Amino acid sequence: MSTTVTNTFLEVDGLAKAFAVRDSTVRRLQPGRKQRAIAVDDVSFAVARREKLGIVGESGSGKTTLGRCLIRLVEPDAGTIRFDGSDVLAASRAELQQIRRRAQMVFQDPYSSLNPRFRVGEAIAEPARVHGRIDRHASRAHAERMLELVGLPATTVERYPRQLSGGQRQRVAIARALSAEPELLIADEPVSALDVSIQAQILNLLDDLVTSLGLTMIFIAHQLAVVRHISDRIAIMYLGRIVELGSAHDIFDSPQHPYTAGLLGAAPRPDPGQRRRKPAIAGDIPSPLRIPSGCRFRTRCKFAEERCATDDPALREVAPGHLTACHILPFKGARA
Amino acid sequence: MEEPTDGESLLSVRDLVTVFPARDAVAVAVNGVSFDLRAGETLGLVGESGSGKSVTCRSILRLVPEPGQILGGSIRFQGREVLELSRRELRAIRGSQISMIFQDPASSLNPVFTIGDQISEPLRQHRGLSRRRAREEAIRLLDRVGIPSPQQRLHAYPHELSGGMRQRAMIAIAISCRPKLLLADEPTTALDVTIQDQILSLLLELQADEQMAMVLVSHDLGVIAQTCDSVAVMYAGYVVERVETDDLFSAPQHPYTVALLEALPELAIERGHGRLVPISGQPPDLVGLPAGCPFSPRCKHARAECAEVSMELRATTADGHMTACPFGPAPRA
Repeated sequence: MSTTVTNTFLEVDGLAKAFAVRDSTVRRLQPGRKQRAIAVDDVSFAVARREKLGIVGESGSGKTTLGRCLIRLVEPDAGTIRFDGSDVLAASRAELQQIRRRAQMVFQDPYSSLNPRFRVGEAIAEPARVHGRIDRHASRAHAERMLELVGLPATTVERYPRQLSGGQRQRVAIARALSAEPELLIADEPVSALDVSIQAQILNLLDDLVTSLGLTMIFIAHQLAVVRHISDRIAIMYLGRIVELGSAHDIFDSPQHPYTAGLLGAAPRPDPGQRRRKPAIAGDIPSPLRIPSGCRFRTRCKFAEERCATDDPALREVAPGHLTACHILPFKGARA
Repeated sequence: MEEPTDGESLLSVRDLVTVFPARDAVAVAVNGVSFDLRAGETLGLVGESGSGKSVTCRSILRLVPEPGQILGGSIRFQGREVLELSRRELRAIRGSQISMIFQDPASSLNPVFTIGDQISEPLRQHRGLSRRRAREEAIRLLDRVGIPSPQQRLHAYPHELSGGMRQRAMIAIAISCRPKLLLADEPTTALDVTIQDQILSLLLELQADEQMAMVLVSHDLGVIAQTCDSVAVMYAGYVVERVETDDLFSAPQHPYTVALLEALPELAIERGHGRLVPISGQPPDLVGLPAGCPFSPRCKHARAECAEVSMELRATTADGHMTACPFGPAPRA
């Protein structure tokens, strides 16, 4: 299924990925049964050039695996990914190399994504050099230019990641991601490890860079307010599926899926007038080893009916560009 | 700090100083913190990494991690000076009068004992229950904190429970001796948002039922807004603002508090303009902190005098509302 996006830059169709569980105890207890953890299950969406798509979900939703599948850091089991018209999953090594130059990632923890033995300058220049965008002797000037772009002094080239604060390291990680002039940025929880005051700096920086460089961005995070702030459209994931997809306005002001509404209700609001004391969603997130039949959210859904246990709801359009996978539509409990 | 000692105070902390020796200096993690807490009340300690909120909380039970030490001040709990208690007296209070829950229940529960064993231990130690009575009480407690099929869960090991269930088990242990005071150090930070929501509801419900006071440490102003009666905002070891929760959000006074609120994406959206207002620069190094206000290098309203101000809390016009900034309320964006 494809969504109503014109000028499609990235198109994902029926993407799936499950991981074999290597837990020996599980295998010993249930001999002959192969345990598979479903991470991404039949996910489809499209992103337009220069669009910012947010992907939100809790642990086990598959949002991180999805991000990694897009540039085959994780090999998907099924589905297709078209990046600017070319088939990512069918790409040769050389073609994939090109795709990875054009689509770069920023990770949550810049301390583990930056090599501690590389000086900042080398770390930033490396992608540009590997992809033949600059000569070796131009490395330093290139790194300094990138540092300026992310708001760090040029002298930072000489430093090691351990000498920088968390916020500065994330700026370096962004500079490195932008070094080879990508067109798509996949940011996976880029501000989750940062304090609020620094988080705002990095969000503004990302927003500015994406706009001024004309990039397309996929922004993956668990914090709704952060995603809302930076995204044009938002996909809500639950146990490997997109359960709702729409504009940031659609998702926040008229959520159609009970999970989305619950997630909005559960997020603690910095407003003491809004003390609400009944939990928005009861129960635990089911294990990805045992995905519930039918609608996967039904075990925690206040509105679940009989058919929810048998029929797996497909994403369907409820308003132009606003899709949701729920049998019980229209959902009336918005912002419960 | 100038503040009348309230006769009804359950907990009264005065001029607390906790330090961590560094190479050839000391990092002052808690720098003259004072506050009072009455029975059944919840105080939020909010701040960013390194602000001293967790160390303040741990100091109350003298659980400061090595090599940190409490250098001075006073912590009176029900009129007794905690800093002067013997090891034995302290042990009698920990877990019975004052309990604590932590961010990561996986590392605060013992992996080789069942949940049942770990709940029974304080019941037998502090309440002197028999093995059988302790087991019955453990089942009741697990049920109370919302763990399904508590009889079976008694035999579960921590790794067999989800993160949310582990935190519920941790809470069951913490409330097992009906403490007067619960110290909660980032109790929901490691949890998913829907599970955090459940745990916060549970804590508030238990607190109302048991008339238990709570110190809640959090970096999340949303969590603070929804759970606390009053708040102490911390920065670089100091309390910079002390205020009722409602006033924190409607009439913040200290420039740091104002800036922190403006950096929140939730509130930027409500203000109706997309742009966040970040706080420039980095939090200071706690080793060799210069005199004066530690926030002044990042403060939009800083002036020359800021290098000399004392960080004493001063009363503002509003009742009980105190700020460490002598230059009046900071203007808001």
